[in-house]
Amino acid sequence: MNGDVLLILIVVLPFVGSVLAATFRPNARNSEAWLAGGVALACLILAAIAYPAIVEHGAIRSESEWLPTLGLNFTLRMDGFAWLFSVLVSGFGFLVVLYARYYMSPHDPVPRFFAFLLAFMGAMLGMVISGNLVLLVIFWELTSIFSFLLIGYWHHNAGARDGARMALTITGIGGLGLLVGVLLIGHIVGSYDLDRVLAAGDQIREHDLYVPALILILLGTLTKSAQFPFHFWLPNAMAAPTPVSAYLHSATMVKAGVFLMARLWPVLSGTPEWFWIVGFAGMASLLVGAFFAIFQHDLKGLLAYSTISHLGLITMLLSLGSPLGAVAAIFHMINHATFKASLFMAAGIIDHETGTRDMRRLGGLFRYMPITATLAMVASAAMAGVPLLNGFLSKEMFFAEAIETHAKSVLDTSAPYVAVLASAFAVTYSLRFIHTVFFGPKPTGLERQPHEPPFWMRFPIQFLVLACLVVGTIPALTVGPFLHTAVISVLGPNTPFYSLAVWHGFTLPLLMSAVALVAGVVLYLLLNGYLNRSEAGPPFIRRLQAQRIFERVLVVLSWKWARSIEARLGTRRLQPQLRLLVVAAFIAALLPISLDDLSLTSLRISEIDAVFVLIWVSGICCAVSAAYQAKYHRLAALILLGGAGLSTCITFAWFSAPDLALTQLLVEIVTTVLLLLGLRWLPKRIEEEGPKTVSLGTRFRRVRDFGIAVAAGGGVGVLAFVAMTSPVPLETVASYYLEKAYVEGGGKNVVNVILVDFRGFDTLGEVSVLAVVALTVFALLRRFRPAADSIAVPDQQRMQNDFDEAEPDRKVGDTIADYLLVPAVIMQWAFPVIIVLATYLFLRGHDLPGGGFVAGIAMAAAFILQYMAAGTRWVEERLRILPVSWIGLGLLLAALTGMGAWLFGYPFLTTYSQYVELPTVGATPLATALLFDLGVLGIVVGATVLMLIALAHQSTRGLRSARVATEAEQEEA
Amino acid sequence: MSAAIILVWSLTIAQILLGVAMAIAVFRMIVGPRAQDRVLALDAFYVAGMLMLVVLGIRTGSTLYFEVAVIIALLGCVSTIALAKFLMRGEVIE
Repeated sequence: MNGDVLLILIVVLPFVGSVLAATFRPNARNSEAWLAGGVALACLILAAIAYPAIVEHGAIRSESEWLPTLGLNFTLRMDGFAWLFSVLVSGFGFLVVLYARYYMSPHDPVPRFFAFLLAFMGAMLGMVISGNLVLLVIFWELTSIFSFLLIGYWHHNAGARDGARMALTITGIGGLGLLVGVLLIGHIVGSYDLDRVLAAGDQIREHDLYVPALILILLGTLTKSAQFPFHFWLPNAMAAPTPVSAYLHSATMVKAGVFLMARLWPVLSGTPEWFWIVGFAGMASLLVGAFFAIFQHDLKGLLAYSTISHLGLITMLLSLGSPLGAVAAIFHMINHATFKASLFMAAGIIDHETGTRDMRRLGGLFRYMPITATLAMVASAAMAGVPLLNGFLSKEMFFAEAIETHAKSVLDTSAPYVAVLASAFAVTYSLRFIHTVFFGPKPTGLERQPHEPPFWMRFPIQFLVLACLVVGTIPALTVGPFLHTAVISVLGPNTPFYSLAVWHGFTLPLLMSAVALVAGVVLYLLLNGYLNRSEAGPPFIRRLQAQRIFERVLVVLSWKWARSIEARLGTRRLQPQLRLLVVAAFIAALLPISLDDLSLTSLRISEIDAVFVLIWVSGICCAVSAAYQAKYHRLAALILLGGAGLSTCITFAWFSAPDLALTQLLVEIVTTVLLLLGLRWLPKRIEEEGPKTVSLGTRFRRVRDFGIAVAAGGGVGVLAFVAMTSPVPLETVASYYLEKAYVEGGGKNVVNVILVDFRGFDTLGEVSVLAVVALTVFALLRRFRPAADSIAVPDQQRMQNDFDEAEPDRKVGDTIADYLLVPAVIMQWAFPVIIVLATYLFLRGHDLPGGGFVAGIAMAAAFILQYMAAGTRWVEERLRILPVSWIGLGLLLAALTGMGAWLFGYPFLTTYSQYVELPTVGATPLATALLFDLGVLGIVVGATVLMLIALAHQSTRGLRSARVATEAEQEEA
Repeated sequence: MSAAIILVWSLTIAQILLGVAMAIAVFRMIVGPRAQDRVLALDAFYVAGMLMLVVLGIRTGSTLYFEVAVIIALLGCVSTIALAKFLMRGEVIE
């Protein structure tokens, strides 16, 4: 198979699977597991297929353009190291899916679980095989988001929510740091391409920006890998379902950090800064994690702290800057994933079978589940570093590296002691895990009798434990070649000689292992009694919790500071906000003008048309009076606004912008109706009581605001005047469009050709926004409850109804029917006429003023007329208007028309125009832009009608609620 | 006196008169006193504006102005109807 296709498939398959998985029924555990397992297995097989090519060529690449102008390509690149991780991610993914099939209860909504799991797997695979650093960061962020969703899967549980939020906050902060760090690296190297970055090690290390870039990238990796001092999110993430923990905390999520450190190791390592930061974080995590792990009572808590400790070990190995250290780090990544995943799964089985994870309550489970117990024992022996298991091998390598001196310092000198101490702790907690859970007295007070889990639930553990054993006994024959491929791809020519043998003779590392084993056992024997009685957490510093500190910081930042800033700088009143906005805009516009002298050309009076001036004076009078009336006489203001609008439209038409005039006119009309609909629901004006007294402050405020308004309005006027009177440059963007509109767009109406062809993509974006706005308005209005004083039936209606009721031969509603008899007929008969007009405007749009937008509004006006003529119920009984379908079909049509160009090998939204011979009409120009425009029409009709009708429906709701209220009153009476 | 001059003069006079009509309509719109007066004034303003565009079209010999005039003629009444309905019933769509 082609390498390109293969890499893209590996990334795309899980996401496709995720979308599919989300559509299944909530209890489809089996089919979900088949799907997810199949996807994981497919990725694994794809990786396996890629292996020979990687061994042969070193790496396979797939590159497609993404944002070439920014130097960003969608580059996928799989070398030996990425291959190793792809296998780990997909292989463990498969095992976890298998395990989760039996772990998840039938009541859990599994589609969500498997969809998130697959998406997470896809993000992780994408991260691992990204060949571009920015792409890598994007997938990195995706892993953060999907791990958040996975940890918070049981969102009814407060612990899960908090843990998920904490994980997201910490890794999100790190991700931001990483992004900036990567951008710095890109700036230094001049490319984000991984190959070029890896080749530019010296250039990066010598650059001034090396230290900031290093710190930012490490912020990302250390938070992700839960390294001290960011380690605390990991234990809190244990609220996740156990398969998630087994996956996230063994082969994936937390490994992402160390993966990236190893990936960038050739570029970033080897400097004192690297050594100190990474070394300190690693050593602290190694020791603190192991120490804390001893004192946990929760099985998963113990494993979580142990994960921190083991990741610290890997980090410390990477910090040394020696190639052998890197080899050991990569090797330990595999080993840790193997035994930790099996231990998590075993912990999940114990939890599943006994209903508790508290080690103080557990005990003697060996007699109920001997096979699981044996498997867990082998796995924890590997975790403790017992010989003949894989954990032992990498730990030996670690000891050997710890003894070596790399950079003479406190950190380096203390390394061997810290290593032995942490290993002793590891032996202690591993022993505790086994001893308290599987041996000792039978557990008491369990909800049910524990027994062995189903075979296939245990199978992943069996498989992994077998791997621990096989790798531990014959490493060179099993994992050796693959490890070597991975190591070569990281270290290249610097690959040192290393031996994967079990027996290296009586060496110092072996002695250290022995000391650690013995010390660990002794420590456990000493602590055993204390541990069973104590509270959870390490002694002395139990109260000092990083989590508490984190929460306090969050409260201070996002609650206290945010509130005080809001209280000081924010306001919820509209007036000060507007005042600030206008003044700021005024100053911003004034600054460049004062720097650059503004030349006002005087108008030539002779060219002014007196009639035009008359229209304008009328318009200005309307606008000013509308502003004056706006506060106390809304209806008058609205009417005056209509007058100002018409003046504007006539101006547009006068200056040969008929398209604009048409659109503006129709928008004016529909807006008037819209505002009138809204006017009904505005609260009544507050009547002031007593004599009016205007205080000095108020008077000052009014004068000031008037001044601001005049200054800003005048300023805009001056600017507009200057812009319009200054000479037009010969080559404007307009001349380009005028030239190309017919030649390339096939239309004579330049405005329309620009809208549907040249800038069709913008239009598509705009109409999508329109659709979203319409749906939002609709959604908001569904929950709208009118104010108490506007809920009642309007006075006019009440009077007319009262009159109808008072007269014996009249029914309620007769008055309005009588009055509307003639207008209603006209309005109803106007319907087909307006539709014809809309069709006409639409069809001629490409060559003459008109188009989808104008036609859409005209059509919407036709519908609204029907509503006004006969009322909501009457219309909806006879005419089924489905605005949402109009919107949906319109969007679909516009997008499909755009995509149609792909079929012929052109970019999105390329228009095709042609003269078509129609019967009786003759040769007619037709362009695919017409279809696009039809989509625009659909969206405009749908959006306008949806919003107006949603408002109109409020009155039926008002009637209903009024009826409910009166009924309730009657019942009470 | 040729036909062209007659046309130009009559068009100019028509334009001026229509402009004055618009100004007077605006005066009624602003002064009122009743809301009904304002609505009627707005309708008159629309009609005068439409005629103004038609005259402009005749003067310049361009048909583009007629489009706008047609729209005003056909749909300009929509806002008047809405306003009238609002005044009569207190809401536009029942």
